[in-house]
Amino acid sequence: MSESTPVIEARGISKYFGAVTALEEVNLRLMKGEVLGVVGDNGAGKSTLMKVLAGLYPPNKGELLIQGQPTQLHSPRDARDRGIEMVYQDLALADNMRIHENIFLGRELTRKTLGFIPLVDHKANAVRAQGHLDKLRIQVKSVHQRVEELSGGQRQAVAVARATAFDAQVVIMDEPTAALAIKEVRKVLDLIKDLRNHGIGVILISHRLDDVFYVSDRIMVLFHGRNFAEAPLSKTDRNEVIGWIMGNKSQETVPASMDVN
Amino acid sequence: MTTQTTPLPESNREESLRIRLIPFIDRYGVLLLVLAMGAVSYLLEPKVFLTWGNISNIFRQIAFNAMLALGEFLVILTAGIDLSVGSVLALAMMSTAVLGRDGYPTPVLLVTPFVVGLACGIVNGLGLTKLKLPHPFIMTLGMLNIARGVTNLISGGVPISGLSEPVRWMGAENITIKNVEIPVSLLVIVASYALVGFFLYYTRIGRHIYAIGGNPQAARVSGINVDRTLVLVYGLCGMLAGFSGLLLAGRTGSGFPNAGLGQELDAISAVIIGGASFFGGRGSVLGVFAGALIIGLLRNILNLQNVQVFWQQVLIGVVIISVVYFDVLRRRAGSTNA
Repeated sequence: MSESTPVIEARGISKYFGAVTALEEVNLRLMKGEVLGVVGDNGAGKSTLMKVLAGLYPPNKGELLIQGQPTQLHSPRDARDRGIEMVYQDLALADNMRIHENIFLGRELTRKTLGFIPLVDHKANAVRAQGHLDKLRIQVKSVHQRVEELSGGQRQAVAVARATAFDAQVVIMDEPTAALAIKEVRKVLDLIKDLRNHGIGVILISHRLDDVFYVSDRIMVLFHGRNFAEAPLSKTDRNEVIGWIMGNKSQETVPASMDVN
Repeated sequence: MTTQTTPLPESNREESLRIRLIPFIDRYGVLLLVLAMGAVSYLLEPKVFLTWGNISNIFRQIAFNAMLALGEFLVILTAGIDLSVGSVLALAMMSTAVLGRDGYPTPVLLVTPFVVGLACGIVNGLGLTKLKLPHPFIMTLGMLNIARGVTNLISGGVPISGLSEPVRWMGAENITIKNVEIPVSLLVIVASYALVGFFLYYTRIGRHIYAIGGNPQAARVSGINVDRTLVLVYGLCGMLAGFSGLLLAGRTGSGFPNAGLGQELDAISAVIIGGASFFGGRGSVLGVFAGALIIGLLRNILNLQNVQVFWQQVLIGVVIISVVYFDVLRRRAGSTNA
């Protein structure tokens, strides 16, 4: 794997739900240590594309390449095994369960009893979860709190913690700052920069262009389920991107991702 | 517990006392209710209630509902419901009786109720997940009828008696420990509850069951195979219903076609009274046991007092509504008990 191999790449992804075309021939490329901002109006297909990348939806057409290897993701577990983590728009947390149980949901730490029976090690889960939250400087009363007792910002923090606790190579964040207060928004954005500095690829979906412009290296625009435009941050500006979101293209923009070499 | 840092006016202080009380009641309320009912029963019938004969009788009578409720609890935890448990109980019982009448050996007879129950449960689970029916209510309602029908088909609609001693042992017999006769069914119940409780708390699948009840989408994106887990849960529920059939067969010595008719509602009542949320994700086996016990205590004291059987039904209904109302109050109070 060379430095120029994308850590994740989608080629010609199409996704249909019955008669509805959510995605048509969409390409995406993310390099190591890069933040890609994905923007587009409601219904443009951003969340659907992310769910394909995260293994939740199998694409009807197209292929995924992870570290240059063509891969088929049959489930979110496959994606996680390959280091793809996602923070969902609705957080996808189990309110009735505790913070540490949510962070380790589906990959609970176990300890072998009687030599061979794996039993969930609640204490180890709690300790690891606490350590991870401390690293992210997230403050909660206790990792034993149930998620339903947390504020909106804390819940968002737990969702982010879940996505960053497991040696991810790609972290996808779908509207991670939508319900947050200003200070909390800043924390998430700085975390994204932190992840990038550690060589992790981050995909950020957001309606808040200020946030996107603050952290992204490149911006990609989807329109009606297709690639519409793409540019490095340095080569574009807010107004142009807003135009792209609304479907107005100016002459110079040939989406670089259309060219699949 | 909440702590006030600023002095509050009179009325607010009262309100905060109520708010502090509610989480406490919510957590231990069911057990308090058991104790309260025990106390009332003792006061009403001091000479009879606390005799071991009466107490052990209560346990013997609630045993089969408690077993049914245990399986139902697993299903309700996933925000589902199983309306077929009464019919599955009957089918398991009747299959055993038919095989017994036809001379099959005891080991086969002991295994039959579990196998029949498990099979019915798995059909419930597969039907629900593969056919993508909108709610388990529908699948299990269908199974309620199908299992009852098959029960009548294999028995010709008549009771079949003559079950042998070993088959009846678990439901009917006692074990004597230090001069105290303990019903085997009580030990069986306690062991089963302990096992299921342990399973729910200490195994991954157990934790996944709670997660599915709390937010199935969260479970799915975490890589949990929700469909497979649901099939397992309904299978277990069916198997425990079969087990319940074995206990009841022990007490009656026969299989009879109307066994368990309407019993699913008592099982669900025990689960709800025991504090499990109808919407899934919350509850404990201890609560379910308390729920089954409360129903048993209610019946017992009304019997001892020679109250009409129909009042029992009225009161059980009142208890269900009261218990859930307390849950509503708790949520509204926004308690933050950890």
